[in-house]
This record gives sequence, C-alpha cells and structure tokens, in this order.
Amino acid sequence: MSASRVYLDYNASAPIRPPVIDAVADALRLGGNPSSVHHEGRRLRGLIEKARQAVADLVGAAPEEVFFTSGGTEANNWALRAADRPALVSAIEHASVLEPARARLAGIIPVSRDGLVEEEAAVRQLAAAGAPVVLSVMLANNETGVIQPVRRLAELGHEHGALVHCDAVQAAGKMAVDFAALGVDMMSLSAHKLGGPPGVGALIIRAGLDLPALLLGGGQERRRRAGTEAAATIIGFGVAAELAGEGLARLAPLADWRDWMEYHLKLAAPGVRFFGARAPRLGNSSAILMPGVSAQTQLMALDLEGLALSAGAACSSGKVAASAVLRAMGADADEAANTLRFSMGWNSARSDVERFVEAWCVLYDRLAQP
Amino acid sequence: MTQSANIKRPVYLDYQATTPLDPRVLEAMMPFLTDKFGNPHSTSHSYGWEAAAAVERARGQVAELIGAAPEEIIFTSGATESNNLAIKGAARFYRARRDHLVTVVSEHKCVRESCAALEREGFRVTILPVNAGGLIELDQLAEALDEHTLLVSVMAVNNEIGVIQPLADIGRLCREKRVFFHTDAAQAAGKIPLDVRAMAIDMMSLSGHKIYGPKGVGALFVGHRPRVRLEPLISGGGQEAGLRSGTLAPHQVVGLGEACVLAGGEMADEAARLEALFDHFHAGLTAGLPDVVLNGDAGARFKGNLNYSFPGVDGEMLLARLRDLAVSSGAACASASGESSYVLEALGVAPGLAQASLRIGLGRFTTRAEVDYALETLIREVRELRANHA
Repeated sequence: MSASRVYLDYNASAPIRPPVIDAVADALRLGGNPSSVHHEGRRLRGLIEKARQAVADLVGAAPEEVFFTSGGTEANNWALRAADRPALVSAIEHASVLEPARARLAGIIPVSRDGLVEEEAAVRQLAAAGAPVVLSVMLANNETGVIQPVRRLAELGHEHGALVHCDAVQAAGKMAVDFAALGVDMMSLSAHKLGGPPGVGALIIRAGLDLPALLLGGGQERRRRAGTEAAATIIGFGVAAELAGEGLARLAPLADWRDWMEYHLKLAAPGVRFFGARAPRLGNSSAILMPGVSAQTQLMALDLEGLALSAGAACSSGKVAASAVLRAMGADADEAANTLRFSMGWNSARSDVERFVEAWCVLYDRLAQP
Repeated sequence: MTQSANIKRPVYLDYQATTPLDPRVLEAMMPFLTDKFGNPHSTSHSYGWEAAAAVERARGQVAELIGAAPEEIIFTSGATESNNLAIKGAARFYRARRDHLVTVVSEHKCVRESCAALEREGFRVTILPVNAGGLIELDQLAEALDEHTLLVSVMAVNNEIGVIQPLADIGRLCREKRVFFHTDAAQAAGKIPLDVRAMAIDMMSLSGHKIYGPKGVGALFVGHRPRVRLEPLISGGGQEAGLRSGTLAPHQVVGLGEACVLAGGEMADEAARLEALFDHFHAGLTAGLPDVVLNGDAGARFKGNLNYSFPGVDGEMLLARLRDLAVSSGAACASASGESSYVLEALGVAPGLAQASLRIGLGRFTTRAEVDYALETLIREVRELRANHA
C-alpha cells in the first residue's frame, strides 16, 4: 500500500494505533490461559482486568459493568436477544440491532429528515407496545454521524418500564460518552472503530441488571460470556480505549476540516447535499450526495485516485443496497444510491481532506455537470 | 539435575488449556495488525479487498486440514461460540421437525450448557454415559437414536483425558439414521487426522488457541452435503453466509489459517514425537511410583494428554508443591473455581481420588529435558506427601 493513499473510511474500520499493535504483539507472545491459575494465566488475567478498567474509564462505566465480546455485533445481539422482550428500535439502527430485533419487533421509531429519532413517536410507540420493551437507540449513526438524544429517550423508555440499550460503537472514542449520565441499561462498544484490533468489543451492563448469557459454557466474564478470552485483542482494546480517551481533544479539528470540506463542495456543486448536517453530528463524518452519479461510480473513480471511502455500512460483501438510514431520512432511492460516506479518525490529516475535495470536484465536473 | 538447570520454569505442561502462539503464526498475523488494516467487508477499496483475500485464503487453509470445502467453513470467536452455534443453531432451525438431541456426559461445558438451555426450551436431550476408559459404547448410541433425533454431539478428543471417540463409527451410524453428527474438535484438529467426508461429520468446531494459534478465533465446519441449516446466534450484516454476522478480525483469522497449515504439515512427525514422550513419561512414572492410575483409555488417546490420579495424596497440596510445573487439575475454565471434574466422575473415579488428579499436557515445544524434570519433580513430591501422610 503506497504511503500516498488516503483512507477516509474510519467508520468502517480505523487503522490500529501503533502502541496497540505493540501491546497486542506482546500479549500474543505471552503464553497462558487467563482462566488457568498458574503464572502465565495470572499475568494475562491482570492485563485483561487493566483493559477492563480502561474501557470502563472511556465511557464512564464501572469495570464490573464491562463484559468483553467478540465485537459490536455480538454485543448488540446479546443485548437484544437476551433481554427477551419485544424490541422497539429506531429506523437507523445498525443491522446487528435490526436483525435480532426482527423476530421480536414491537415497532420501529422513525427519524426526522435531519436523522434524529422522533421523541414523540417514541413515546407513542412505548405506550402502544402494551408490555415493557427493550428500547434500542444508537448514540451516533454510522453513516451520517448524527448524534441521537439518547439520554432523553432513555428517560422516556424508563417511564414506560423499558430496558434501554444503546449502540455506541461509532460514538465511543469520537465524542465524550458517559454511560452513567446517559442512563441506559446496556451499551455496545467495538474496538476496531477507535483504533483497536478487530474481533473484540464489549457490552456494558448496568450493575444490578441480570442479563442472561448469549454464549454458554465456561465461567468466563463472571459467568456472562463463555469462551476463552481473546486475551491479546482485549488487551489491545484497553490500550486503544486509553489512547482514544486521551485523544478526544485532538479530534476537535476534524469537525473544522469536515465543515471546510462541505463548504468547498457546496461552492463547487450547488446541488450537493449533506445528510444530517443540521443535526448534532460527530465531527468526523459526512454523508455526501452527488446528484446523478452513483456512489459505485464515485468510489471506483476515487479509488483510482488513491482515496478509500465507502457507500455506507461495510457488511456482507458484495451487497449493494440503497442505504436504509438515508431512506429513513426521506432520501429517495436515487439520492441514497448516490451518497458517499466520508469518515476521518485518529490518523487523519488536513491534507487528506484537501485531496478529497480536489478529487471530488474533478469528479463532479467530469460526471455530474449537465 | 545437571540437565534441568537450563530449563525455563515453570515448565509449561498445560497444552490442553491453551497452547503458546507459534512464532510463525505471529509472523503471519503481524501485517494484518499494521499496514493491512482494512475491513474485509469493505468492497469499495483495496484495503478491504486485501483483507478479504487474506480471509478467504485462511478459510481454504482451515478447510484443507479437515477435508472440507472452503465454503463450508464459518469463522467464529472460538470453539465455545462454534459449539453454541452448532447445537443451538441447528436445534432451533429444525425445531418444528425434530426435537431430540444426543450428547455425552464428558463433553465440554459449552456443549453441556447449550444442551441444557435447549432442554429448557422444550427439547429432549439424551446424555450418554462413558465406559471406564472414557469412551462411548456404540450400541448405547444406536439405542438412543429415534425418529425425532436431530443431532448427535460427541467430542473428538476429550479435553481432560485425551481419549479419542470412535468418530467414523459414530458418523456412519448417524448417517444411516439420517441424524446430524456434530463433533467438538477443539482438542483434536491438527493433532489427529480428521476427515469430515470419511468420518461422515456434518459439523465440527475448531479453536485457534488449542493449535498454537491466537485466542479469540475459531471455526465451525457446516457441511453442505448433506446441507445443515442453522439459525444464527449472532445476526446483522450477514457475514459468513448469514450464519455469523460481525466484522471478521483478519489478523485472527489469518493466524488460525496459518496454525492449521503448520499443524497439518507437522502432524505425523509431531504425533510420533509426542507418543515417544508419553511412553517415556508413563514408563518413568509407573516405575518411580507405586499406585498411580492413568485416567482414560491408554490406546484410543491423543498422546499429548496424560491424566493421573494419585491415591493417598491431597490434590491441593500436590498442586501447591508443583509450582515449577504449569499443570492443571482439570479444565482451565473450571480450575479457577476449584470445581471437581465431572469427566473423571463419569469414568467412575471416586470424588476424593478425582480431586487428587493432574492433567499434564505435552505439546509442540515440550522437550525431553522438560519431561524428565517434570517426572523427577512429580515423583519426589508425591513420595514426600505420601510419606508425610503415612
């Protein structure tokens, strides 16, 4: 991979931070099973508990509330499936919330054109559900970056006896997250979105909530999640969480760069649209509509210029479906199909954004001009 | 004692709990932690394609080890997840048609607990006993099968006593009766020859960290001929043919693939080497100590596993005296909690004696000098304990 390539797909996966790489490699060289009582096992156990503390610190939880999983998808499935209640979810949730919710669906809460979950609709649906539900609303959307009023929705949910789950996979490490202050009962996290290794995540479970296990077997994770711990990746998650927490302030310029980018695209192309731009958004994300040009065409052209972006969630390979998130925000099928996802992260530079603006404008002049 | 002076202590003899990562595996993994960081499910750029190609290569490597086709391999977070997915996934998919499962008393906890959960959901579960050697009796299996039986789950190599169940016979019987056969091969893959076609295996669980690969990755073989359908435990983006959603961890998957290549390539030589170490240890121990019992059949056994009971010895006190030997008193996931072994109990070992038992695991990096040191230490400490007690 040449050094001049520009990676702007952090919401799919972030490059792993160098200290994390070292920590993972060191842990891989350590032998031992963290459940074994001898020396190697105890050493790994200590490092895993340190990682648990770091993850807890990143999101304002207690370490006893952190349960490691194989990733955000497992955490979301665990929360939705093990809650064993009808599920009320927003229309812009990730597939790993929508899919497990499908078999027990109490309703789907619509979002506004700006991508914000409609509170009044949520109240109506909570009241109409008839039984206590599990309410799941993400903190920041993976395609638009729009930040949801989770704290308010959690209050409303609790007024109706709901268990409240929040998918904070895209938010953690990109904005301040406080589990206790949000007042949710469960929260999902993923390491590889914040510069940690893929293959590890966590479900934060409020102390006192007795959520049954999804994976059964040995007594790992205090009997909540069986299976020998992925020690090295967990340890890497801890280091990444620590760095992400320290690095939050350094992400502040990303919002300025993003706004600068949107301003220049708008100057060059009056028809361009940024989904969710009027709502509170993560500073790293932008969903950019180029009228009349499919995202697939744009992505191929950008890839040739050395720029890596995507057209939405990276999931089952080869699947080209118009974004359900954008459709839920009122985009028509063409608009959704013509939208790129732009996302920066811990190792992005202003020059990356400049190169993108340049390439996008060239592309626009070539393909979108009538 | 001269030889033992340069041995690294504690001597690692717990290869059934976990195996050290082979440095060659680490080397294969490293590029996917550093510059090749793409999401393998990103289809719009070369970062993603590169990761996806590595994942598919690893899938082929895993398949090759067990005689499967690459598209029959599903990556998971480990054998625990694989076992949960195989058993709960199949049971729930076929619930309306078949509601009976058969398993064995000496299975790993994650199999037993998955079956217990299904029992609470209304399935019937038959738990087969084992004989004194730890093996199932085929006629008892045959008797247990009826027209409602969906699945038989029998582990290939037992994690505590190393015995090898008669997989090909079980597979033949299950195929005849049109019952799916799942085997937990976490302790077997890469250590004994496995062939899913010849053994008529429909599903097989594998683990990375039991074969010198990384922790936190495993695989489930899901046969296409005949086709086994599963209800996923983890759904979402639809990865892994819809059977297991979630972003794959390329470094982990690549590590598992490389571990399979190495284990497959070295299996015959390594098995012979371990058998020689096993014979040496067993001969030395029985010559040095009267009254020791090898638990589990000596013949139908993976020779990297030694499991002994020491009558007249307190297990806790013995372990406390063996600080220079990293051995275990049972499965790792139970050892922290000090539970006694249900596997030994199933063989008919009395609870007091089961408590005075040790599992000694030999593996790829075990040397003759380490085995000698362990022998010497064990014989000395057991003698002393018995002398104190007497």
